[in-house]
Amino acid sequence: MLKRLFRHTKGEGNDCSKLCCTKIENFTVKVGKLTIFEDVNIHVHCGQLTAVIGPNGAGKSTLLRAILGEISHTGTLKYADAKGKRTGKPIIGYVPQYLKFDVSAPITVLDLFSACRSRRPIWLLPSNIRSEVEESLKRVKAADLIDRRLGALSGGELQRVLLALALNPMPDILLLDEPVSGVDQNGLEIFYNILEDLQNNEDMAIILISHDLNMVARHADQVVLMNKGVVCSGTPEEVFRDSRTRKIFGMLTEGGVNHGGTGFVWVEHKKKKHQQGCGCPDCAATEEDGE
Amino acid sequence: MDFIYSILGSLPFSWLEYDFMKNAFLAVLLITPLFGLLSTMVVSNRMAFFSDSLGHGAFTGLAIGAVVGIISPMQSLILFSVTFALLITWIKNKSSASTDTIIGVFSSTGIAVGLMMMSYGGGFNKFSNYLVGDVLSITHQELGSLLLVLIMVFVLWGIMFNKLLVLSINQSFARSRGIDVMLTEGIFAAMVAVVVAISIQWVGLLIINSLLVLPAAAARNVSNSVKQYHAVSIGSAMISGISGLILAYHFNMAAGATIVVISALIFFVTLLLKPRFVR
Repeated sequence: MLKRLFRHTKGEGNDCSKLCCTKIENFTVKVGKLTIFEDVNIHVHCGQLTAVIGPNGAGKSTLLRAILGEISHTGTLKYADAKGKRTGKPIIGYVPQYLKFDVSAPITVLDLFSACRSRRPIWLLPSNIRSEVEESLKRVKAADLIDRRLGALSGGELQRVLLALALNPMPDILLLDEPVSGVDQNGLEIFYNILEDLQNNEDMAIILISHDLNMVARHADQVVLMNKGVVCSGTPEEVFRDSRTRKIFGMLTEGGVNHGGTGFVWVEHKKKKHQQGCGCPDCAATEEDGE
Repeated sequence: MDFIYSILGSLPFSWLEYDFMKNAFLAVLLITPLFGLLSTMVVSNRMAFFSDSLGHGAFTGLAIGAVVGIISPMQSLILFSVTFALLITWIKNKSSASTDTIIGVFSSTGIAVGLMMMSYGGGFNKFSNYLVGDVLSITHQELGSLLLVLIMVFVLWGIMFNKLLVLSINQSFARSRGIDVMLTEGIFAAMVAVVVAISIQWVGLLIINSLLVLPAAAARNVSNSVKQYHAVSIGSAMISGISGLILAYHFNMAAGATIVVISALIFFVTLLLKPRFVR
């Protein structure tokens, strides 16, 4: 069962001869005297999905913002494309965890795209990139949302629109900061299907922060466990079997209840009194297993 | 200028017979689109309090001009307002204190220092027309400088609006799209400062901020896209400006206040219409 779920196992080698690759070397972020994280080294290849996991306050979001260049940091970001020709600054796409904005704002999805992508003043002239926007929305299955007001989008729809925006221009590295927290099951499925499509068809590296370990086990090629630095990294299988992972997450493993194949349960979840049909994924899995 | 006068004079309105009314009418035609335009982003960026503090700071600017005496009160006012606006923007971005606290500090300091300097020697009365403003007193030269400001603001708005819009959605999102937050905010703040400084003597400190808030607040109630938002905001500013001026003439009331009251009426009407328009 584990074998079937851990189906992405490519990209274990460290040579960058064939794939474009991004090396995050010795990243350290300090705010005042507080060290958020230090000595982070991550190596990602294109076509790979790297999941960053770790407890709250481990520095995951800060790492993404450091990669974006939003936060000052030490260490270098090295990028080289497949043929080793184009090196230097990669194009980075970013989907925030949650976009806080005024829901009453009179801005449509097309307005947002045009404002980001074109210099033509959108308050005065008609958009000249409508068909281009339609194309990129189609990719995230949101073509019908083009004239919708931003505030009228559901959480899942907004995240897809933001993903489409992050894919325009097509980035070399896509950073996703818990992009689907608070998105329903249906939205989750669509989102991960889109990611899979990107993984298979585009030449880009995806770095995803997630607390959803089931999804990580299913979709990631590489998992990085962070806690003020990289604790361990490798294939999902390796990381989830590592004793340090268990220690940090306080997870019960193999011997315990086997949920949906990943074999892990949050102890926090166990502490809460779960009731039949409470709807949380773990319980749902148990119930199915029981039947 | 004579040409424009003759056109206005040929219009069949009794209130356009007087030259001061022709000037006031032209001034309203120039000022209101300006306020309608800036208003959209003042409201979207939640800067209502900020623009209010600019009006307060203007008092200090005028007082400094009057005391120093090297430059005219107007030049001093513009210089001071722009500095004031940039300082607020800079401190707001650097400090972790909340925006309204910082603006509150600047606003109260601005008006207090201004009043202190103006009241020195009991000469406050000559400044009191800045409180209420009088659009009927506008001259040819002043109309010319208003036109210049209008053109400059429209050109800048054409160049930088898209960035301003992304910034108004979310600051860190804007930063991740490669927008220089401080620069964009600074230019916008300076623009609002110049417009407030230029028009304060005709509109008046007490009501200038309502002109920067009401048109867009009304437009927001009935628009779904950026284009509608701008069209309704500029439209409602101009309609309330012109009809306010006419009403004020016929009933012999303060023009600025009448204009604001009509803007407010438009706001309440759009508030009632909101469910019909906003999807």
